[in-house]
Amino acid sequence: MKRTVPIAILFISGLFMIVQYLVPHYRVNDAAGVIQQWAIIITAAATVLGVANLIRVSLDQALTKKQDWMYKWVILVALVVTAVSGIFWGVEPGTFCNDMIYFNFYTPMASTMYASLAFFIASAAFRAFRVRSWQAWLLALTAVIVMLGRVPFGRLLWGDFPSLVDWIMNVPNTVAQRAILIGAAMGAVSTGLKMIFGIERSWLGGSE
Amino acid sequence: MKKPFWEVISTLDKRWIFLSVFIVITLPILFPINLPLKASEPVKKFYENIESLPEGSLVMISDDYDPGSKAELYPMTESVMYHIFKKKLRVVIVSLYASSPPMTERALNVMRTLFPNIKEGVDYVNLGYKDGREATIVEMGRALQKAFPTDFRGNPVGNIPIMKGVENYNSFKALISISVGYPGTKEYVQYAQGRFNINLLTGAAAVSVPEYSAYYNAGQIKGMLTGITGAGEYEDLIGRRALAAKATDALSFGHVFIIFLILIGNVAWFTQRHKGASHE
Repeated sequence: MKRTVPIAILFISGLFMIVQYLVPHYRVNDAAGVIQQWAIIITAAATVLGVANLIRVSLDQALTKKQDWMYKWVILVALVVTAVSGIFWGVEPGTFCNDMIYFNFYTPMASTMYASLAFFIASAAFRAFRVRSWQAWLLALTAVIVMLGRVPFGRLLWGDFPSLVDWIMNVPNTVAQRAILIGAAMGAVSTGLKMIFGIERSWLGGSE
Repeated sequence: MKKPFWEVISTLDKRWIFLSVFIVITLPILFPINLPLKASEPVKKFYENIESLPEGSLVMISDDYDPGSKAELYPMTESVMYHIFKKKLRVVIVSLYASSPPMTERALNVMRTLFPNIKEGVDYVNLGYKDGREATIVEMGRALQKAFPTDFRGNPVGNIPIMKGVENYNSFKALISISVGYPGTKEYVQYAQGRFNINLLTGAAAVSVPEYSAYYNAGQIKGMLTGITGAGEYEDLIGRRALAAKATDALSFGHVFIIFLILIGNVAWFTQRHKGASHE
C-alpha cells in the first residue's frame, strides 16, 4: 500500500500532464492549472522541510561538538537572524534584512566566492594545463582563439578574431551542444515514462 | 647556487600568480582605457528586437541570478531597464531566484533617478520571487496573476494598473530572461518558448553562452547578451557605457594574462622535461 498509492498518484498525474498538453479544452486546462499550483506549493513546502532539516542536523552537530561544530553555530545564527529580521521587519529596501544582511553581508561574500574562481583558473592554467597530446593542443588552440575573440583586445590584434569565434560557437559548439541536449532530453523522456509506469521506483526511497 | 630561470618559473609559488591576477584585473578597473566595443550578432539582434517594439508595449524581465553573479548580470539588468524606459516601454519583472528581487529593486532605484517620470504600478512593477521553478514558468503561461497574486511589496496584482488585462505570456511583446543557470533561460526555452510562442531574449552568464548558442541558432532565442562582454557591447549600443563596459577592459587583460600563463607554464614544463630527458 505504501508503494502502490504513490505509484498510482504519479501514474494518474503524469499521464494527465502529458494528455493536457495535447488537449486544448478549457476544462482540461483548468485542471492542469490546479496541478501546477499544487506543484508550486509542494516546492515551497520542500523549502520549509529543507530549513527544518538544516536546523536539526546543524543543531545536533553543534551540541555534540562534532567536527567543525563552531561553523554550525554560524549557520544557525545567520539563519535565525535573517529569517526573524525578514519576517518581522520586511525585506524591502531600507530594512535591516535588505540593507545590512543582503547587501552588506551576503552580496560581498557571494561575490568573493565567485570571484575567487578567477585566481584558481589562472593558477590551474599555469600549473596544470599541459599540451601533452594533439587533443590538448586542439583544446589549447580553441581556448586561445575564443578567449581572444570574445574580448575587444582580440579585435585590436586581428579584426577577424570575432568571426572565427562565431564560427566555433555556431558550428562545432552548436553541433556538440545539440547532441548533448537531444541525448539528455531522450534520457529525461525515458526516465519520466519509466517512473509513470512504475518501472523506476528509486524515488520512493528504500532499497527496491 | 642560483636556480636556472625556467626552473624558478616551473616551481613558482601560486601566491605570485594570485597577486599578478589581482594587479592585472584591478588596474583596468581603476584606470579604464575604454577599449573600442563592436556589437556581435546576438547582441545586435537583442538590441534591434527591443528597438523594434512600439511605444507603450509591455515586456517581461525574468531576473534569475544571485549575488554571486551580480558582477556579470546586474549590469545587464540596469542596461535592459534603461533601454526599456528610454523607448517608453512598460515592464513587469519576475524572479525565479529567491535572492534576485533586491537587485531588481536596486536597478529600479537607479532608473527612478535617471527617468523621474516613470511611475511604479503604471510603467513598471516588480512581482518578486516565486518558488516552483518549471511549474511557475508553465503557470505564468496559463494564468500569470495566479502564479503571482501579489507584487514584491505585497499589493494584490489586481489593483496594479499595469497588470490590468495581463493574462499570460501573450500579453507581452518580449520576455527577457537574465539568467545564470537553473532555473533560467534553458527552462524558459524548454517549457514555455515553443508552447506559448514567446519572443524570448536572454542576458546570459558567459559560462552558459555555449549551451544557449544552440537555442539561439535554432531561433528559439531571438537575441542574446553574451556575458559581460555582450553587456558592454549592449551598453555601447544604447549609448550608456557603465558597469559592463568598464569590466570589459579588465576582462580583456584577464584573458590575455591567462593565455600568457598557459604559454609560459607549458614552455617551463617543456624545458624542464627536455632537460630531464637529456640528463637520463
